[in-house]
Amino acid sequence: MAVSTIILFLQNYPLYIRSVPTENELKFHYMVHTSLDVVDEKISAMGKALVDQRELYLGLLYPTEDYKVYGYVTNSKVKFVMVVDSSNTALRDNEIRSMFRKLHNSYTDVMCNPFYNPGDRIQSRAFDGMVTSMMIQVC
Amino acid sequence: MSPTQWDFPVELCCRPMAFVTLTGLDVVYNAVHRAVWDAFCANRRADRVPISFKVLPGDHEYPKCRPKRTSYEWYIPKGILKTGWMNKHLNLVPALVVVFYELDWDEPQWKEKQSECATRVEIVRQSLQGRNTKVAVVLIQKKTPLPPGEDVIASERAAALCNACELSGKSLFVLPHTDHLVGYIIRLENAFYEHAQTYYYTEIRRVKSHKEFLNKTTHQLLFVRHQFKIAFFSELKQDTQNALKNYRTAYNLVHELRAHETNILEIKTMAGFTNYKICRLCFQHNTPLDAIAQFRKHIDLCKKKIGSAELAFEHAAWMSKQFQAFGDLFDEAIKLGLTAIQTQNPGFYYQQAAYYAQERKQLAKTLCNHEASVTYPNPDPLETQAGVLDFYGQRSWRQGILSFDLSDPEKEKVGILAIQLKERSVVHSEVIITLLSNAVAQFKKYKCPRMKSHLMVQMGEEYYYAKDYTKALKLLDYVMCDYRSEGWWTLLTSILTTALKCSYLMAQLKDYITYSLELLGRASTLKDDQKSRIEKNLINVLMNESPDPEPDCDILAVKTAQKLWADRISLAGSNVFTIGVQDFVPFVQCKAKFHAPSFHVDVPVQFDVYLKADCPHPIRFSKLCISFNNQEYNQFCVIEESSRANDVLENLTQSKMCLVPGKTRKFLFKFVAKTEDVGKKIEITSMDLVLGSEAGRCVVLNWQGGGGDAASAQEALQASRSFKRRPRLPDSEVHWDSIVIQASTMIISRVPNISVHLRHDPPALTNEMYCLVVTVQSHEKTPIRDVKLTAGLKPGQDANLTQKTHVTLHGTELCDESYPALLTDIPVGDLQPGEQLEKTLHFRCGTVGSRMFLVYVSYMINTTIEGKEIVCKCHKDETVTIETVFPFDVAVKFVSTKFEPLERVYADIPFLLMTDLLSASPWALTIVSSELQLAPSMTAVDQLESQVDRVVLQTGESASECFCLRCPSVGNVEGGVATGHYIISWKRTSAMDSVPVISTVITLPHVIVENIPLHVNADLPSFGRVRESLPVRYHLQNKTDLVQDVEISVEPSDAFMFSGLKQIRLRILPGTEQEMLYNFYPLMAGYQQLPSLNINLLRFPNFTNQLLRRFIPTSIFVKGHSVLTRHFSPRSICSSHRRVHDASLFPKQEKGSP
Repeated sequence: MAVSTIILFLQNYPLYIRSVPTENELKFHYMVHTSLDVVDEKISAMGKALVDQRELYLGLLYPTEDYKVYGYVTNSKVKFVMVVDSSNTALRDNEIRSMFRKLHNSYTDVMCNPFYNPGDRIQSRAFDGMVTSMMIQVC
Repeated sequence: MSPTQWDFPVELCCRPMAFVTLTGLDVVYNAVHRAVWDAFCANRRADRVPISFKVLPGDHEYPKCRPKRTSYEWYIPKGILKTGWMNKHLNLVPALVVVFYELDWDEPQWKEKQSECATRVEIVRQSLQGRNTKVAVVLIQKKTPLPPGEDVIASERAAALCNACELSGKSLFVLPHTDHLVGYIIRLENAFYEHAQTYYYTEIRRVKSHKEFLNKTTHQLLFVRHQFKIAFFSELKQDTQNALKNYRTAYNLVHELRAHETNILEIKTMAGFTNYKICRLCFQHNTPLDAIAQFRKHIDLCKKKIGSAELAFEHAAWMSKQFQAFGDLFDEAIKLGLTAIQTQNPGFYYQQAAYYAQERKQLAKTLCNHEASVTYPNPDPLETQAGVLDFYGQRSWRQGILSFDLSDPEKEKVGILAIQLKERSVVHSEVIITLLSNAVAQFKKYKCPRMKSHLMVQMGEEYYYAKDYTKALKLLDYVMCDYRSEGWWTLLTSILTTALKCSYLMAQLKDYITYSLELLGRASTLKDDQKSRIEKNLINVLMNESPDPEPDCDILAVKTAQKLWADRISLAGSNVFTIGVQDFVPFVQCKAKFHAPSFHVDVPVQFDVYLKADCPHPIRFSKLCISFNNQEYNQFCVIEESSRANDVLENLTQSKMCLVPGKTRKFLFKFVAKTEDVGKKIEITSMDLVLGSEAGRCVVLNWQGGGGDAASAQEALQASRSFKRRPRLPDSEVHWDSIVIQASTMIISRVPNISVHLRHDPPALTNEMYCLVVTVQSHEKTPIRDVKLTAGLKPGQDANLTQKTHVTLHGTELCDESYPALLTDIPVGDLQPGEQLEKTLHFRCGTVGSRMFLVYVSYMINTTIEGKEIVCKCHKDETVTIETVFPFDVAVKFVSTKFEPLERVYADIPFLLMTDLLSASPWALTIVSSELQLAPSMTAVDQLESQVDRVVLQTGESASECFCLRCPSVGNVEGGVATGHYIISWKRTSAMDSVPVISTVITLPHVIVENIPLHVNADLPSFGRVRESLPVRYHLQNKTDLVQDVEISVEPSDAFMFSGLKQIRLRILPGTEQEMLYNFYPLMAGYQQLPSLNINLLRFPNFTNQLLRRFIPTSIFVKGHSVLTRHFSPRSICSSHRRVHDASLFPKQEKGSP
């Protein structure tokens, strides 16, 4: 079972990428990168809707044969993308949503670190630990 | 591409249409028949009924109908669907055979013809033995038929013909060959269509009727077959709803079949066919979601049905085909008006098809890697007798065998081997690339740029595998910048690695170098050992040697490449490669920084160029040169090391020209700016770093402007955001991130060493010659030359000011409009050190307001910098803001001779004009003179000489004058009568005599003149004396053209006794004057009220005593004792009045006097 978590900054370059298993990492990178097309489209469609009552969770971005790609975007347009194995039926929308929320909280903690420079790659032990625990929970 | 094993048969993919054959038409030799046939087959648009027509001879043999089976009890089917079945019903077995026959109703040889026709019908019937195919007869007639019922012969003969041919009346048609052929044909084909539908309906019924004979154990295959047939007939009948329903049932039945390795291909093939039909119909019914759902279900059901492991690539090929076919259907539907969205478009299906094609290739690679000695089996197990299979999806070497056990394992082995060997000859890459490019086209349409890039990378990689390196490189190069600009370094590195391989294999020097440069750079995520290898190769290439082959390349290709590289070495060609770095991230970074944003021309311009290498090993460069917008400076900014090519590796780290990884190297450049460039910007346009030497190969890295590549803008932003403290470094080193590019500098003129002082007395007064003294003193150590002065109104202010401001050097004369607002470049000569000079300027400002004046002094001086003598032009400017004010305010008013303010004056009656000059200037003013220029309508009562000559006015003081005037009657003039001008000539009291006097002209206000009917003036002494007679004479003048009746009465007064007419009524003729004489006798001293004179004009009731009192005195001062008598005149009143005013001008003097 594979999960890849990626956080992207506003300019669409990755701040943090983790994937399990690691052998086919490149494929996940491509998958996440291509999913940005849908994220962009969804964000631009959302721009027209109410801004303040916006849902951060973007839902399933697009289905592939073997994986599901989910998206989440914060109010400051930081994008979170998660790829899970599509055979994992235990993961419903609600679980994914709460995972994203956790991720967001953890990301907020990273941002609150005065020594973190927004836009740098995330190198935080706490964040790493959170992602690892999330991946264990999924697998 | 020729159809492969996996492509769907044509008859499956076409739209089934009712099949109707036309016989008895000679389309080759008979023009009428030809026309009929053309009308049938031309213009078959959507509005015509869906029939496929075919012309066949009357005696055509149709496929034989097999004898009907009465029982299915012992029948065991050999497969699901025969390969020929669909084609048979589409193209061979007609639903209706039409016999065309030329016969008119009035045919003389009717009998013979009728029997011939019957024979023809009979022949057709014979060949359709056992089939339900309908037969119809069409009579081609030359005459237009009469309306039905009128032609008795026709109906009789028609009935007879039907009888003879054993036809129902509905199957006999008449086609008159007249003008309206197409119309008739359309009616005919509609009738044919009905017949065809009936035929297919009976066929469906026939197939359905078999069902009851079937049992679930032995006839499972037949259930599927029949269901499929029913669906197919429904489609032929154009009953798509039922067709869909039946296909769905058939689809479910296929999956109910017992699957085993031996029949799995057949099951999958049929499932694929049925699924294709279902999806096709769903799209046709505009229910795309149903189609997608069905397809997903289909894939989920079949994904795991791989079948024989040795032929796993077949499954992948089949899967790929399923996706591709669905993609095609989807795309077709979109072309017909369906709208797709970003997340659901045909691209995904093509992409998935490509994915399976790739998998097929992988599987084929592992499963079909037989050694060369393995030969293709003989006899060919894939050959069949008929050349085609009997049933869809069966193996050729065991057709019709339903047993799950392999009866002949040896044969099976040979068969599998044959398939595997065949698979080897498939060009997989071609298939994959086609699918990928289909997908790319779709994603482009649905706004998925990144997906498109990803697919293009895959295409590039596939071309690489297919050894088409040129195309691979083209594609990879195209998408690289997308990944670079988004900062996905891992992906970029992977693409670059492939690109490097391609360029190596083609021995493309420039590309090879470019990709190496980037792979060594900071954007690359390669491990250090890889980077070392690449760097070594790069150095080899620069020394004109062959690089080592890239890992994981095809051995054969490497051999070819090595040869190519060897050729490159011997080839004497251009070995200099200029590579612009702004589009990628090379391993050397470069930044330029001028020491200051501006340099004085007498100071050398200095700037630093910082270089930093990111590669794992030190690298040496041979030259660094900087180019400027002014190319003359280029020669000063070059660092070059004349080294032989083989020196590159020697004492590397010590050299100045060597870049140590991670260390920032600084190069200082210095040059003297040209004096012509003062005020211009010097900009670094590019920087060239040369790696390698011209003896071997050299690479020129070219940075535009002050450095920076594709990634540095983002890095600079991050660095500026960061407030991380950087570790302390030795003084000579700097942090790369802290260097801010400064690619341009201004050359500004030398700092002047002179002082400029301005001396003047603000504010300026309107129109005066305002004096400004400029003092220039030189503090330079050497003499200065060509001192020039520019002075005047500072340019760039209100245009009106330019019109109203004038400058001159000569203050002795007034300047007029012809003088300029700015005097430029007044030469004032040379100045020795410490010397000073003075220049006086005069400004004349015509309007009030503030103005900025500019005084600009420029000079030339010789100086020496860096041992070079240059002539510098220096300048200093001073600006001063000067306010211009009015020197004085002039107030003018009209009063009566009694000093009562007048709103209007009366014709011919004297009045006073008073001018009041209030000085507003902070400086004392001297009124040189004043002059009253009267308008022609006014006349002065006495001389108009100035009363304020040589008066000096301090701030806030005022000077008044008074003139007695008279205005003759002018009638009623609108807006009053012009009075004239008042001209004041003045200058500053402090001004020298040479300064001209300024005349200020003030236009006096107009006055309203009114006529009065009667004017009275009194003649009386200036004072009276108690108990002395006081004679008073009143003059009454009639100013009208009428005879005036006047009532005059004198009221008695306590202070006077008087003699004269107390009350009288008299007449005054026009223009004449009446004199009234009274003798007053004052009784009391002091200021006494005179006995008042009341005059009543009978004709002018408006003429009141109020008005009268303006002209005549009402009281008089009566003295106690004196003998002085004096006559009062208006002029003397003025004089006395003036004295009063003069006194007010000099209050101090007044105080001094008793």
